[in-house]
Amino acid sequence: MLTAISNALCRITGSNVGAQTVSEFLIGQSELVNLTSPAASALATTTQRQPPKPPPVNTKASEAELVTEQPTLLSDPGARAVVSSRAFADFTPKASFEIKKCDVHRLEEGPPGQAELTREQGLHYYRTMQTIRRMELKADQLYKQKIIRGFCHLYDGQEACAMGIEAAINPTDHVITAYRAHGYTYTRGVPVKQILAELTGRKGGIAKGKGGSMHMYAPNFYGGNGIVGAQVPLGAGIALACKYLGNNQVCVTLYGDGAANQGQIFEAYNMAALWKLPCIFICENNKYGMGTSVERSSASTDYYRRGDYIPGLRVDGMDVLSVREATKFAADHCRAGKGPILMELQTYRYHGHSMSDPGVSYRTREEIQEVRSKSDPIAMLKDRMLSNKMAAMEEFKEMDSEIRKEIEEAALFATSDSEPPLDALCDHIFHNEPPLEVRGTTPWSKLKSSS
Amino acid sequence: MASLSCVLRSGRNAAAVVLRREFHRSAPASVQVTVRDALNQAMDEELERDERVFLLGEEVAQYDGAYKISRGLWKKYGDARIIDTPITEMGFTGIAVGAAMAGLRPICEFMTFNFSMQAIDQVINSAAKTNYMSAGRQSVPIVFRGPNGASAGVGAQHSQCFAAWYGHCPGLKVVSPWSAEDARGLLKAAIRDDNPVVFLENELMYGVPFEMSEESLHKDFTIPFGKAKVERQGTHVTLVTHSRYVSFCLDAAAVLAKEGVECEVVNLRSIRPLDVETIEASVMKTNHLVTVEGGWPQFGVGAEICARVMEGPAFNYLDAPATRVTGVDVPMPYAKILEDNSLPQIKDIIFSIKKTLNI
Repeated sequence: MLTAISNALCRITGSNVGAQTVSEFLIGQSELVNLTSPAASALATTTQRQPPKPPPVNTKASEAELVTEQPTLLSDPGARAVVSSRAFADFTPKASFEIKKCDVHRLEEGPPGQAELTREQGLHYYRTMQTIRRMELKADQLYKQKIIRGFCHLYDGQEACAMGIEAAINPTDHVITAYRAHGYTYTRGVPVKQILAELTGRKGGIAKGKGGSMHMYAPNFYGGNGIVGAQVPLGAGIALACKYLGNNQVCVTLYGDGAANQGQIFEAYNMAALWKLPCIFICENNKYGMGTSVERSSASTDYYRRGDYIPGLRVDGMDVLSVREATKFAADHCRAGKGPILMELQTYRYHGHSMSDPGVSYRTREEIQEVRSKSDPIAMLKDRMLSNKMAAMEEFKEMDSEIRKEIEEAALFATSDSEPPLDALCDHIFHNEPPLEVRGTTPWSKLKSSS
Repeated sequence: MASLSCVLRSGRNAAAVVLRREFHRSAPASVQVTVRDALNQAMDEELERDERVFLLGEEVAQYDGAYKISRGLWKKYGDARIIDTPITEMGFTGIAVGAAMAGLRPICEFMTFNFSMQAIDQVINSAAKTNYMSAGRQSVPIVFRGPNGASAGVGAQHSQCFAAWYGHCPGLKVVSPWSAEDARGLLKAAIRDDNPVVFLENELMYGVPFEMSEESLHKDFTIPFGKAKVERQGTHVTLVTHSRYVSFCLDAAAVLAKEGVECEVVNLRSIRPLDVETIEASVMKTNHLVTVEGGWPQFGVGAEICARVMEGPAFNYLDAPATRVTGVDVPMPYAKILEDNSLPQIKDIIFSIKKTLNI
């Protein structure tokens, strides 16, 4: 209730209300980016924060013209089709963008320096990244209210990585990552509702409340892994299964700059290269492993070269198109039977390492603010689309409002759903097993486990 | 009369054949199979039965296995299914677990379980806990196998028994075969199980031959986990043991039988789940309990058995406190005289039984 009120206040006043929580400030900040990025300043008149008004309607145009053709992502019963004052035909359906050239290692050439983006893709990427952003900020809020407990590692700032990768692979490909996993859990198909309910430890969570933040799974998504670096050999093993079964699938195996020095990663590199496994090793370099900067942890910070005999790419991880093109390039490489490939995505996390880390003892607020204002992945995409007339500002606002609603509903579910029943405590110890007896806390406490 | 002349001519076996004919009874064909061959045959059959099964580990392919357990398999199944790994336990164990998550059914061999310590995070955190953490969404059908416990003269770093460590963890099944029949049945069951199984072999048992019944040689012969086997019936004392020490207990029982003490020998077969019912039923019959293991005493398999018996109905039937016979609480020394005296000997078992029976 309080959240809704303070949200409304922010929108109405267009300024940071004094009694606002830090999370509200952060939510505010992400909208503030609209006003500070260069492209948006030209559209300043239309981007002033005002209470939501019904979009202007051209009474002369026919209804068919007004209703824009939106892909199914907006076909949620609650969403209205965005109505624009311009006819649909006015939008640029497709545009080509120059993307930063990748540094390459043991490769003749890297991904192309241009990326094509269709309007549908752009809106989809925006919606996905903004959903992740809002979901993470909501998690921040719930954590501070002590409704989420334990570990909570937030992904805001890194959305272009998860979205770019998903855009380049098939749903039948495989993804495994470490503990900063909420973004990937979403891109791999788990609804926000089930992610938040897992964080709040309710039975409606994707792991029925048994896993928590770091242990969420979905088809072809292997978590969510808590032990730093352990997921990398697992990913190579999933790639081995792909090769074994001859299904032309690849496994995207993610780890951070902190994990990049783990011995088992080098063991995995060796076997992946030796056996030509279709494994895309991806280092999400957000410059800090918990409180340790890359300079303080690594003798070599060229993470894309660490695979030595494995070819590598260094990619701008804040640009969803760069990530997508690089991942496509990498997937093609693997599917051609050339063996593994390594990508370093240069990215940034706005939050600290986890909710118990304010994130400013080892880096400056100025640094964080600079990244937010100059390299925010969501703003970058939006600016590109607006300056190329691929979409209208109103559409983004409409999406933002729909996303806000979706997150609020998900949070409501996550806070009101019941906790898992006590008699499910011992379930799922084994798979496909008749019920077995489990020793409780005392000899008289005989519990039951169902598979 | 006919049978007697048979015996004189061609020995006991011939007489057995004659007896069979005379009594029109078909006795089960019995074959002598070493533990090594039983393991080899079990793997061969399971590899043939299910294409998703594969073996990886150090020297398992072209070398035919460090202990020759996988002899002939690479020649038959090739590189794709019998995979030699570099000496990188943490890496290849993680790879095996990942492959299991993605739908294959790996057999991950540790040259000895001592080396599994380098990969123990993958066994416990990536394999054992995953089905639970994912609420059943992600299963891990994998077998970790290899020799466990003391060998002969291999020193402290190569002699540890891991039964207690792995037996401690929910999410794992832990088995410890003794005979060739155990090895075959338990390994087949392990490979067919959809869960992570730790399969503790014993190097000193590999070459030991056992008779195997026709039933146990059947392609689908499996032994259920969590069921111990009473290898020898007795009335005076229950000996609970696993792996190589089943032999020692049987030998001790043979010696004591001459003195009129009849020992019941329970071969655990399964460390986790532990067959408490069989142990309790036996103790309720004999009123005395002695556990025998090669591992260290503190927090060991014997300690768990004693605790469980105390918590259950069998406690009231004990006429004396339970006794544990264990390895000596030292890292394994090298010199033969020291090594021999670091592990339970038959005389230690006999001594403990007599003390427990107060004779």
